[in-house]
Amino acid sequence: MGEEKEAIIRTENLEHTYSSGDSMVLAIAGVNLVVRRGEFLAVIGHNGSGKSTLAKTFNALLLPTGGRVWVRGIDTADEGRRWEVRQTAGMVFQNPDNQIVATVVEEDVAFGPENLGVEPGEIRRRVDAALAAVGMMGYAHHAPHLLSGGQKQRVAIAGILAMRPEIIILDEPTSMLDPVGREEVLSVVRKLNREEGITVVYITHFMEEAVRADRVVVMEQGQVVLDGTPREVFRRVQLLKDLGLDVPPMTELAAQLRAAGVPIDEAILDVGEMAREIEKLLCP
Amino acid sequence: MLKNVTLGQYIPGESVIHKLDARTKILAILVYIVILFMVTDFVGYAFLALLPIMVIVLTGIDPRTLFGTLRPVLFIIILTVVLHVFMVEGTALFTLGPLTATWEGLRQGAFMGLRLILLILTTSFLTQTTSPIDLTDGLERLLNPFRAIGLPAHELAMMMTIALRFIPTLLDEAEKIMKAQMARGADFESGNIFTRAKNMVPLLVPLFISAFRRADDLALAMEARCYRGGENRTRMKVMKFTSTDAVAAAVMIGLTAGVLLMRFGPLPGR
Repeated sequence: MGEEKEAIIRTENLEHTYSSGDSMVLAIAGVNLVVRRGEFLAVIGHNGSGKSTLAKTFNALLLPTGGRVWVRGIDTADEGRRWEVRQTAGMVFQNPDNQIVATVVEEDVAFGPENLGVEPGEIRRRVDAALAAVGMMGYAHHAPHLLSGGQKQRVAIAGILAMRPEIIILDEPTSMLDPVGREEVLSVVRKLNREEGITVVYITHFMEEAVRADRVVVMEQGQVVLDGTPREVFRRVQLLKDLGLDVPPMTELAAQLRAAGVPIDEAILDVGEMAREIEKLLCP
Repeated sequence: MLKNVTLGQYIPGESVIHKLDARTKILAILVYIVILFMVTDFVGYAFLALLPIMVIVLTGIDPRTLFGTLRPVLFIIILTVVLHVFMVEGTALFTLGPLTATWEGLRQGAFMGLRLILLILTTSFLTQTTSPIDLTDGLERLLNPFRAIGLPAHELAMMMTIALRFIPTLLDEAEKIMKAQMARGADFESGNIFTRAKNMVPLLVPLFISAFRRADDLALAMEARCYRGGENRTRMKVMKFTSTDAVAAAVMIGLTAGVLLMRFGPLPGR
């Protein structure tokens, strides 16, 4: 029972089929996944692996065509509780321009709570708190189209935060950003996860980002093929490459060094670890 | 840069007129238009000109920018005057070929021209002193009572907001596509109007496709943020009428009373 209580999202034999005309595409083919409260979960996989579709089933934007999804115990197929699901599991999308509704930053952040019918004074408080949490307080009265990509994504995150969600799902939030913007977004998300205890489901195709999660799930052809800590997952260099995925650069280097006969640990994730390992090898 | 084009004619400021509730301003303009059409002589116009003069003094708007707003409609004003001068029958002033200018025509033309000028000047104050957001908000709230008869007040306001939000984004995109097409040898500048229009096709097609894609994304994002129309929606900013609005209302009542008296009462005029 204690185990059950921990699960904030749970899927059971989840399937999703897209049908357009006569053609049917099975995007998710039987996923059993548990996301635990407070966890930072990264989902990786190449284009068309079903990772984006999976994310959309977590807040009832897509409904399962087979199996079920529960978000905080609510079945997402339950039409009467759909808005509750969407408020609990907020979603940030890929294109920063196409998810900002209002012409002023603070008005946009207020959009979610306004839709929920929150009382005006409370909306004000939530908007200020959300903007502060993503470090955009100074931009409250700016026009969104003049912000950088990273700033726009932070505004989009603030817009979700103002709805007081328990889970934030981010669908490739950094794929249209430059490296600076990517770092801004990732550190804000990590901070929210650590400090506010918000559960994060982070879809990405940047392995350097996945490395910083608590847990990594690898999707392929609509199924989960690997599931574990970044260290466990990225140890499988050959499997990942066979799936057409990159591995973090340092993990790749470690794999090549091992192949060349250097007795180095294969589960190296970043430059710091690599430096320590090499130091250990050179001066034992 | 297209990005820096200011939307509409809004001139940011801190004047009393700027701080008036948008609803007050919209209603005041409507009242002004109605009484403007009730005036029957020049004395009435002189009286009604008090309002624009008052607004100019209070806002400190440069009168030259105001005459700038008249420029696009200058042709219509001149045409109105000229048509009246030649079309109205009465005491002949001079003849020009088959056309005869009359005194009555001149008087009527000047009358109509003044009406247009006052109309355009005063309505332009609304857009010059009210930010587009306040304007949309004000409109939504004013139209809200008409929801009962099926007027989609919230939807109209939401459409306006989204349009305002995406105009700069789409302008930016148009600029990018234009440059990309120019790099591929497209020519947007030479040829007559028809060739030029035809040359716009490689710009418009990608722009439209992208606009539809954006609309799709935005709809999804709005749904994800629990948007379900105007029902049970609250707003962060509450609009409140203040004592300034009361003063503005008093001014408008005064103007209306003056015009009514001139028209039907014992005051000079007819």
